[in-house]
Amino acid sequence: MINWLLQTVSVTRFSLQTLPERKGSALSSVFGIAGVVAVLVGVLSIAQGIRLMVQNSADPDNAIVMRSGSDSEMMSGLGGTQAEVITDAPGIARDAEGALASPELFVIINLPKRSTGTDANVPLRGVSRPAFKVRSNLEVVQGRPFEWGLAELVVGAGAAREFAGLDLGSSIEVGGEQWPIVGIFEAGGGIAEGEIWADAAVVQSAYRRGNSYQSVYTKLASSGSFTEFKDSLTADPRLNVKVERAADFYSDQSTVLRGIIVGLGSLIAALMGLGAMFGALNTMYTAVSARTREIATLRALGFKSGPVVVSVLFESLLLALVGGLIGGGLAYLAFDGFRAATINFQSFSQIAFAFDVNATLLKNGIVYALLIGLVGGLFPAIRAARLPVATALRES
Amino acid sequence: MSGSNGLLVDLKNVDKVFKRGAEEIHVLGGLDLEIPEGEFLALMGPSGSGKSTLLNLIGGLDRPSAGSVTVGGQRIDKLSDRKLASWRARHVGLVFQFYNLLPVLNASRNVELPLLLTHLSAKKRREHVDTVMSVVGLSHRMKHYPRQLSGGEQQRVGIARAIVTDPTLLLCDEPTGDLDRKSGDEVLELLQTLNREQDKTIVMVTHDPHAAARASRTVYLDKGQLSLEPVE
Repeated sequence: MINWLLQTVSVTRFSLQTLPERKGSALSSVFGIAGVVAVLVGVLSIAQGIRLMVQNSADPDNAIVMRSGSDSEMMSGLGGTQAEVITDAPGIARDAEGALASPELFVIINLPKRSTGTDANVPLRGVSRPAFKVRSNLEVVQGRPFEWGLAELVVGAGAAREFAGLDLGSSIEVGGEQWPIVGIFEAGGGIAEGEIWADAAVVQSAYRRGNSYQSVYTKLASSGSFTEFKDSLTADPRLNVKVERAADFYSDQSTVLRGIIVGLGSLIAALMGLGAMFGALNTMYTAVSARTREIATLRALGFKSGPVVVSVLFESLLLALVGGLIGGGLAYLAFDGFRAATINFQSFSQIAFAFDVNATLLKNGIVYALLIGLVGGLFPAIRAARLPVATALRES
Repeated sequence: MSGSNGLLVDLKNVDKVFKRGAEEIHVLGGLDLEIPEGEFLALMGPSGSGKSTLLNLIGGLDRPSAGSVTVGGQRIDKLSDRKLASWRARHVGLVFQFYNLLPVLNASRNVELPLLLTHLSAKKRREHVDTVMSVVGLSHRMKHYPRQLSGGEQQRVGIARAIVTDPTLLLCDEPTGDLDRKSGDEVLELLQTLNREQDKTIVMVTHDPHAAARASRTVYLDKGQLSLEPVE
């Protein structure tokens, strides 16, 4: 066994020492794989960014109530009386000013994207007074909060960045009138940062909604209070509602989008990976071909096939690893933190998010690179091992 | 490792057929060859006559299509690839026409290669390398890479590599074929010395009658058959 290892180390060292003579094909293989990994990690970082944004959108003690059968706030509808019943339900956290429950409206307004100039659906959320307490991570970072009862807007930092006309101090048309933007808020990178907020009562009036809402956001007394809260609402004959943890709701809302991105990204990466694999195959076949005489000489001297196979595979895996690291590094530099907005097909509105290249994605990218290297090196390795020694010596 | 009757190599009724597509090329047909231990045998014949093929069969680099190849009393044509590799490493030294040195290794590392297949310590390996480099007269060229050596020097490194494990049998395929006359003579002188003073059994394939004259016996191969006289 020690002898076999010594043979393997020796043969592998010889083959790596010949790499500079084959740097052209080796580099093309490295960069081919780097490109694949960069694209794979880059695309998957979009889905990861959306997942992260969803995670940051709600605390474990946040719940949302909508009309039963609604898949999104757009499709939901709750009367004012129903909203009051929900607000009075047990399990909701309370402070001196009352229940931490915010009946809200959700409407869509058209605004051009800064990047393309094309119109996009931007969510405008009408909120009630407890809304800022229900979302614990929400903070106005520029300007001031809107005045209750006035047609004023505060804009999420993501929305302000992605859509034209949402600068502090400017105004946009809402319900046929110009509403001033008086503040910019952050929400820990969560979904709310892609929204525009105003007083629910003023939005009701502007959109002639009467005393109706679409959802009620609540902060529960504790995460464990959810069941009590949900059971009390679903058992109440005055209501026909569905109750979800806000985190689950947001996660469900982005399922289709993340699925499409992951599916498309994986498809692209698989196709590119196939190309890179042929590149690696070509590189290693070239390597084996260029070293036919050396390999044959070693085997003629008594070196066994196993070490030859391992050496070819090792070189292929090493090139793939280098490619994977370069690709991962490029993806990290190019994409991590890159901000963008896209349509969420389930809510029909834009969501703003940041690409997130994390350690898991980088690890997966490198594993994919190694897989390409393994397949790319396997067949040339087998060829090297099976070359009849006498024939190989004669060919050279 | 001699077999019975002092024979080191004993080929009986050996056929070798190569297939090229549907075509069968008969290179050796019913060939018999006996080589006593300690002999320096020259193998001559026209190009394509099967000299190298015969050498490969004796060295366990190839297998006969039919017949038996016995070396040192062992039927090597029956050994598995793995056992054959180990057998070659222990018993055979190979010298190639184009030296077949690894360009990325210096002379001493090239010579050390076969010793990596043994259980010798690094110190012992170094001692063996020093000894054989001295035998071939290249102690002063230990750290030189093949590209820094002349053809004759490269071939002497090749011979050092072939004898470093102290094999009984040396198989030389046109060892002077790529050398000028002076370098060729030095190599032949070295082979003769190894044969006479260290009792190496040598089988040398050559086109050159001048080289063959150094051998103790010359056989001629033509159309797959051996003869003691060149075929006109």
